[in-house]
Amino acid sequence: MNLRIASFQPLALSLLVTASQPCIADDTPSQTDMWEIIQQQQTEIEALKGSDSTGGNTGQASQTSHTSIGGYGELHYNNLEDNDGARKKELDFHRFVLFFGHEFSDHIRFFSELELEHSIAGDGQKGEIELEQAFLEFDINQNLRARAGIFLIPVGILNETHEPNTFYGVERNPVEKNIVPATWWAGGAELAGSFGQGFSYNIGLHEGLNTSAANQYTVRKGRQKTSKADVHDLAATGRIKWAGIAGLELAASLQYQEDMTQGNDSQAGNAVLFETHAVFDRGPFGLRVLYAQWNLDGDGPEAVGADEQNGFYIEPSYKINASLGIFARYNQWDNQAGNSSDSEKSQIDIGLNYWPHPDVVLKVDLQKQDYDSGTGELEGFNLGIGYQF
Amino acid sequence: MKKCLTTLHLVSGYLLIALFFSANVSLARGTYQTNDEFLAQSFEQSIPAPKMVWLTGDRKQTVKNILNHDYPNLRIRYWQNAAISAWILDEIGKEHPITVGIVVKDGAIQQIRVLAFRESRGDEIRHAFFTRQFEQLSLTDNDQLNQKIDGISGATLSVRAMQRLATLALFLDSETR
Repeated sequence: MNLRIASFQPLALSLLVTASQPCIADDTPSQTDMWEIIQQQQTEIEALKGSDSTGGNTGQASQTSHTSIGGYGELHYNNLEDNDGARKKELDFHRFVLFFGHEFSDHIRFFSELELEHSIAGDGQKGEIELEQAFLEFDINQNLRARAGIFLIPVGILNETHEPNTFYGVERNPVEKNIVPATWWAGGAELAGSFGQGFSYNIGLHEGLNTSAANQYTVRKGRQKTSKADVHDLAATGRIKWAGIAGLELAASLQYQEDMTQGNDSQAGNAVLFETHAVFDRGPFGLRVLYAQWNLDGDGPEAVGADEQNGFYIEPSYKINASLGIFARYNQWDNQAGNSSDSEKSQIDIGLNYWPHPDVVLKVDLQKQDYDSGTGELEGFNLGIGYQF
Repeated sequence: MKKCLTTLHLVSGYLLIALFFSANVSLARGTYQTNDEFLAQSFEQSIPAPKMVWLTGDRKQTVKNILNHDYPNLRIRYWQNAAISAWILDEIGKEHPITVGIVVKDGAIQQIRVLAFRESRGDEIRHAFFTRQFEQLSLTDNDQLNQKIDGISGATLSVRAMQRLATLALFLDSETR
């Protein structure tokens, strides 16, 4: 029986194969078709290997979009008391800022910073919306770039880098605020270049300040913020910076403006700002020192002592660990240093920063002011939270 | 002094006017070294064929922990021979991506270079006085650089971007060995 079955097996297999061949021929590609399919797939694999957008990085801005969004913000609580016992208890979302950037090509890009100060802007409100940066940047060569639009004036430490997690103290220091005056931005154009090991420079032509005798020629009140700015007298700013050792920055800025009142005050004269600073971070130790001085040449500023406006601060700090740092700062400034009036002001700050994340900071500091005038001095503490992304 | 400052005023004006007239001509990129130049320098004999490491599973999560965000691609290209691996990676400092080339040997950074810098400030990170700090750094058990990097004032975000990329290259090298 087994032999009989075995003798039929070749015949049965032969019939089965013969019967199934037409079916296979209908559904299966020929060898030629298969070869074409393989070649097509190989072409696609090679294309994928060389593609920027499908996953393999190329080191050429392989981000999925050429437009970027960022921002920062800070909420402040001030609990301060003045000489007369009046207490200031205030909660303020001081700054809410959004960055928008776009890369048009490898050598042309756009930067912007839109800021809402004090939460609400509009008629009768305490805040304002400000366009603090909006400029195009062109690469001229590897070491030279040109910018045109609204940009931050290259003066001081905080004016260009002021995200809350990058500095100590809830409020920005009063010297850069009142003398530089930070945050200071203007419309115009500048060149930014670098040379050697760590040298860089900026030179720019931009809208000037527009202060007045009514404001006692205070520089901070002269910022025009590129809002239908009067440009009868432009300002020129230059800065040289050296950062040739990790953790060290030395810089000096010089600005000249022919008339800080844009021709509205014949007694105003020209104005020169000189600023220099040093920043040193080595291991857990940090030190910031800044000096700034304005010289206003006219009889008008001289009459009210505003022909000299100057200030300095020194800020040592120590990072206990990556998340916690402490600091102390002594600030002194005078917007009417040109005469003998009691106009000098000083402020001592002591406090700490806690970074639960490198981009998030919690701050607390104690503040004590000492004004020669003996009025308006604020003493107390400040709390703050800040972030950037 | 006044004469000097007036000269500064005039010179800056002249330069800027010249700039605007030259802005339409061909402009060079802010690139300090091309990818090919970096690879040729890294592999003295011959550049090996590129490989891909896929960012999936635990590896994807670790990469996210290192960068504080997902890597924008599903896989990362690298070049590797028996001795070293080379990585060309992008990371945004503040607004625009910085391209960095990193060579890893024996689990430590042999070389790190800024190939292209597109941010408006902070390009001091490309200088040797800064990049030298990374040489011979390796990873701790919890995927951190084993030594602190001294930063650059005004370039905090660029410095941190470079630290993240150095950490990422070391981690990926360990994953592909």
